Amino acid sequence: MLQEIYFDNSATTRQFDEVTKLMADVARNTYGNPSSLHTKGIEAERLIISARETIANLLGAQPQEIYFTSGGTESNNLAIRGFLDANPRLGKHIITTQIEHPSVLEVYRQLEKQGYDVDYIGVDKEGLLDINQLREKLKSETALISIILVNNETGVIQQIDQIAAVRDDINMKTVIHVDAVQAYGKISIRPEKAGIGLMSVSSHKIHGPKGLGALYVSRGIKLNPLFYGGGQESLLRSGTENVPGIAGFGLASKLTFEQLEDNYAKVVMLKGLFIDRLKSTSLDYHVLSPEGSSAYILSIAFEDVKAEVLLHHLEQKGIYVSTGSACSSRRNSKSHVLTALNLPSGIIDGTIRFSFSIFNTEEEVIKAVHTLDEIIPAIDINRRHILRRNSNR
Amino acid sequence: MKKVILVRYGEIILKGLNRPIFEDRLMTNIRKSLAGLGKVDVIRSQARIFIEPHDEDFDFDKAVEKLIKVFGIVSVSIVLKIDSDFEQIKKQSLIMAQKHVENLLRTTKQSPKCQEQSEIISFKVEAKRGDKSFPMQSPQICAELGGYLLENIPSLRVDVHKPDFIFFVEVRENTYIYCDIIPSNGGLPIGSNGKGVLLLSGGIDSPAAGWMMAKRGMSIEAVHFYSYPYTSERAKDKVISLAKILAKYCYRIKLHIVPFTEIQLEINDKCPEELLTIIMRRVMMKIAERIALKSEAQALITGESLGQVASQTPQALAVTNAVVSLPVFRPLIGMDKNEVIEIARKIGTYETSILPYEDCCTVFVAKHPKTKPTLSETEKSEEDLHIEEMIEKAINDTEIIIVTE
Repeated sequence: MLQEIYFDNSATTRQFDEVTKLMADVARNTYGNPSSLHTKGIEAERLIISARETIANLLGAQPQEIYFTSGGTESNNLAIRGFLDANPRLGKHIITTQIEHPSVLEVYRQLEKQGYDVDYIGVDKEGLLDINQLREKLKSETALISIILVNNETGVIQQIDQIAAVRDDINMKTVIHVDAVQAYGKISIRPEKAGIGLMSVSSHKIHGPKGLGALYVSRGIKLNPLFYGGGQESLLRSGTENVPGIAGFGLASKLTFEQLEDNYAKVVMLKGLFIDRLKSTSLDYHVLSPEGSSAYILSIAFEDVKAEVLLHHLEQKGIYVSTGSACSSRRNSKSHVLTALNLPSGIIDGTIRFSFSIFNTEEEVIKAVHTLDEIIPAIDINRRHILRRNSNR
Repeated sequence: MKKVILVRYGEIILKGLNRPIFEDRLMTNIRKSLAGLGKVDVIRSQARIFIEPHDEDFDFDKAVEKLIKVFGIVSVSIVLKIDSDFEQIKKQSLIMAQKHVENLLRTTKQSPKCQEQSEIISFKVEAKRGDKSFPMQSPQICAELGGYLLENIPSLRVDVHKPDFIFFVEVRENTYIYCDIIPSNGGLPIGSNGKGVLLLSGGIDSPAAGWMMAKRGMSIEAVHFYSYPYTSERAKDKVISLAKILAKYCYRIKLHIVPFTEIQLEINDKCPEELLTIIMRRVMMKIAERIALKSEAQALITGESLGQVASQTPQALAVTNAVVSLPVFRPLIGMDKNEVIEIARKIGTYETSILPYEDCCTVFVAKHPKTKPTLSETEKSEEDLHIEEMIEKAINDTEIIIVTE
């Protein structure tokens, strides 16, 4: 059987076996509705309380600051819409960046249509937010700034302390919302210390179940719910809780944070090895992930190779990666993040993202680079044309 | 008294001595379509087909939905079969007309446009007397039954020119009454006009082309050229989904998935860029013809439309056509894209066709393909290709999937 090498961990991860086991156990035995008054309900509620405490502890937060949601997308929507809805007097101006995940960017676009004044701050060629531009745009009517902490395509890490400092200078009332989906469980982050008011995280990027996420809401920040019903999650998020999922998310968080530094060291080594090995090949490539980016993400462009074509060739060898842009002649599907980095279209079209997890090994990295070296010359159609012309001469 | 389905067919009636062959085929196809809905009798009578279910709880709506996809059928009606006795006819007609009027009133009320519409529904009665021993003549049936319904349903009025609905009475050995005629696609029953092999790409055109030929009675087999890993596996899933939709009309489609990557690379490496597409088309046609001959098909079917792309100019089509001897049916040749889209929407393939997983063959497409290639230059450019062996290999490695609805 083909050895499977999974380098698409920023898309999603393989669930921890311990988590799967726990969830099956909870689904089978602790099936009560947490709102029920009887023992079955109380047992289920205890699991939620415990998961909430775990996650709060890991973030240096209070349990009542953690709200469970259906994932990163809902957390982002709830943070932005819920906050603006509850705080109309803070102003009609909101700020985000050009390299957000669609679950932030599209919300801002909608708000723009609904009459909000929106500034999309640009980034430098490494993907770092233009602090001067932020300083210019921030004003007394600015209610909210949303920033992606670790960008999902290149891994660039934003300097939240700098951003918070600018905010403190200009308008203390402006709340900072951080999309920490690619950061949670990977780099150390303490929202309260960092001056973050709202922070979105997700479970399935850290070997937890899909369909689970959380929103950190700093004490004193008021949010309105996105939908109404039984008033679960302190009225913010109605709907019967996904008890097995929440328990699984709690355990996955615990397992990840316990090893956070060891894990990071391991992934730093894998990413370094990947780049080192690439250097010893004859391939033309550009590493798009800047110095100091998250070790979990390595974005590389191979010029003159269509990323999706390369993806399918790698998949044929059992290696799973992702691309920023889909290969389609019909729609414009270029990555908005890579476009914001001002990269030429040849590079954007050829960009592949390798994203790692603690399950990956050195051996896998070596094999992947070897495979790249083998297949890229064969699928580079232009190179084939040149070879043909030369041989015809 | 019994609820049955009346099926009308058009063109077949004109078939002279061959008519029974077409009728038999149509009846077989009807039985196939209704398989799974419970036991039915399919009875031919005086250029009509009646479907009489055995079970009380037969799903008539589902049956109609299936029947209007059977080629050869012009229209269907759900009818009440009663004794040819005028008192009976009156009694049952009143019940049926009352229900129909209630339905019409409800739908006009629900429609926001017709707020001021009065509570009056216009109608007329149309009678046919097939059984000449029945004591009343058609005009007399119309007048008497119409009068009776008018008297007994207060919201009715008569309008013989533009009625809201027509109440039909057909007096034969039995009498059939109904209010609705549901149109179908016409055409000829599948299997009555040989077999064609459709080049199915995954775009909008080819499924529409296959449907049009199936409508003329052709059985369809499909060939898809699969360029994995230059395309996604989703491209294959998409073609299977399209074949599944076509199978609603064609019962069963044998889908040949031909591995095409090696051939494409060979062409890419050895042929001039501006002729890549035309040479690729020629190889596809050759392979499709081989498959057609093996499957005892009589024609190839493509979704080409004149001038749509460089490989669909008359010159290019001539060069493509030169590699095969079977006739190539191109039912969309004179259609605009909008007309094709209309068909695709009607048959239900459009939404699937516009999914983005098309052949990722932008990689293999030349920037400036030749629009007026000649046969001699194309043949000359193919000289270096080891095409025979490659075709042989591709056909041997072809995956066959039987697709049913």
